[in-house]
Amino acid sequence: MSEYQPLGGRILTRPVLALGFIFLIGLFFMFVRFTEGMGAASNLNGGYAWGIWVVYDVMVGTAFACGGYALAFLVYVFNRGQYHPLVRPAVLTSLLGYALGGFGAFFDMGRFWQFYEIFLPWNWNFNSVMLEVGLCVSAYILVLAIEFAPALLERLGKKALLRTLNKVLFLFIALGVLLPTMHQSSLGSLLIAMGHKVHPLWQVEHLHPLLALLSALIMGFSIVVFEGSVSSVGFGRRSETHLLVKLWRVLVGLLAAFLLVRFAVLGFQGKLGLILAGDFAALMFLLETALFLVPLLILLSPAMRARGSRLLFAAVSMLLAGTLYRFNAYIITFDPGPGYGYFPSAPEIMVTLGVVALEIMAFLILVKLLPVLHREEHA
Amino acid sequence: MKRRDFLKAALGGTALAASAGAEARPNLEPAPEAVGMLFDATLCVGCKACVSACKQVNGMPPEIEGGNAAWDSARDLSGDTLNVIKVYRNGSAAVKDAEVDGFCFEKRSCMHCVDPGCVSVCPCTAMRRDPVTGIVTHHPDVCIGCRNCMVGCPYNVPQFEYDKLFGQIHKCQLCNQAGVERIDKGGMTGCAEACPTGATLFGSRAALLEEAKRRMALKPGDVYPYPRGDVRKPDSFHEKAAPAYKRHIWGEKEAGGTNVLHISAVSFDKLGMPPLGERSAASIAESVQHTIYNYMALPAIALAGLTYVVRRNSGDGDEGGES
Repeated sequence: MSEYQPLGGRILTRPVLALGFIFLIGLFFMFVRFTEGMGAASNLNGGYAWGIWVVYDVMVGTAFACGGYALAFLVYVFNRGQYHPLVRPAVLTSLLGYALGGFGAFFDMGRFWQFYEIFLPWNWNFNSVMLEVGLCVSAYILVLAIEFAPALLERLGKKALLRTLNKVLFLFIALGVLLPTMHQSSLGSLLIAMGHKVHPLWQVEHLHPLLALLSALIMGFSIVVFEGSVSSVGFGRRSETHLLVKLWRVLVGLLAAFLLVRFAVLGFQGKLGLILAGDFAALMFLLETALFLVPLLILLSPAMRARGSRLLFAAVSMLLAGTLYRFNAYIITFDPGPGYGYFPSAPEIMVTLGVVALEIMAFLILVKLLPVLHREEHA
Repeated sequence: MKRRDFLKAALGGTALAASAGAEARPNLEPAPEAVGMLFDATLCVGCKACVSACKQVNGMPPEIEGGNAAWDSARDLSGDTLNVIKVYRNGSAAVKDAEVDGFCFEKRSCMHCVDPGCVSVCPCTAMRRDPVTGIVTHHPDVCIGCRNCMVGCPYNVPQFEYDKLFGQIHKCQLCNQAGVERIDKGGMTGCAEACPTGATLFGSRAALLEEAKRRMALKPGDVYPYPRGDVRKPDSFHEKAAPAYKRHIWGEKEAGGTNVLHISAVSFDKLGMPPLGERSAASIAESVQHTIYNYMALPAIALAGLTYVVRRNSGDGDEGGES
């Protein structure tokens, strides 16, 4: 008998219907994008070629989907088997997040009908960070699908296939740690070539890959904490706070490392004065830093981190911190030069919300149909 | 592997990456027979004959604003405009080439970087630098439309046709793209040919740089024979007193240099040129990328280590329910 079980119950609950409605609105504007072109559905322009479809759907979306990555690191690399019950739901969220991130990349692609050109080896430009991102994210989506396959095979009762898969699964788990390390760092490296367009407070050049990776891990562990807290409330399951709270050491380490590198590089580059410039960018920097710092303080306090609500608050703060870090660098303080501005259009926002709604909807339905959540232990 | 060992190894790898990053790839050097243009803002009278000629050569429609169909109203580069003349205005805008209470014209078109960001970032090699002429070309047949070239260009030159469902990237290809091939045939760019004052000169990068340096050496008021057309075999000259040039040849060194050079009497930051150092962003990005992915050695070692550790930590793989 599996240690996981489907939740069962009604599929079309009110939250699912509400999310479905948002998804349909998004779908309508996706239809507009695929019939009239990108200009009809977005405010993208010559200076801001990347808007929320890239920065939210791909960069933030896949960082939110780093739960599977973060847990694989913890469980299989650092051999912390007690976190095993959290792995499967995290892998499902990762699969959904990355699949929809890939879909986001597709509808943001200006020449979507020849997307396959990036997969043809004779086209490859090995100097391109984008090549690494494109190939590596695609490969990881496949790896996640294989990592999640046992849930489906168990449900379908394909025992022989499941046994065979389990024999080689370690290889895919190893890839599942390597590939996100590669492309999550590359999602930061993309900023290097943008040079002066990236605000000096965010242009850390050689250290982009490290900061992007650290923040992706922070967001990955945060989403595990967030999901654990929310699903124990939403599905009326036993609280997993006792397990989640033990993640504090890892998160403190990651947060401290991120802030240390962030400030050290600014000091080294002689840009610390810009933090006190009192302008809009400085304000955004301070807000972003506060979102990283507050959870660090919460997690350092034994009394605060023991409380489920504070832990959830810390997780939300870290998710917002990583999100704002990406938005600040790529959009909010990004300056391509005179004559250009960008704020996402309503259809652009609705497409993104539609994708997020689809992701949550799929999670809510799949945990009821497939053995994803850990079987509760009864006394 | 113990956690401590793993962390040590990870830190070691990072340190290795960081130290190797110090031996970065330098900026690219100009192509052996690099061709380009020299734009002298002090000679430009804003007639936009170059804009018009560019559209004719490249088969692009004029941009019409309101009901005015008398001239091309393009204000910036776009999917329909590869070359545009912009104006700097200050105060009363009475005096040409004065920073205060003056005005100045500035050309915007592809600078044909010596170390082009667009070429470096393109995943599908849809942007290429000609190994002989240094001309930066675009090849839509392999382009997926990720638009990394647009964000990777310091000058916002590549432009995507957002208004079309099946749009493409457009940029100046120095009138040498397939079907036009003016340079290969010994000709010059449409804009340089059309320019009545010689504000836009065509030529080899080396000859243009020499010409720019001669002008930098002029004292204001010195009479100088300004050539028109191709700097190596000018169509004609006109004599004119030299203006008070800023001693700065844009594109000699900026981000590795450009094949299209600009000189002016108004400083370039006022003309909307970006704040660039001498090192190209592309060279930094490639240094980082090739340090991490050199022969895929680091990822291969990491995968071997991970496979070993994961296999050990997930049992012998015969237990069910792993995921």
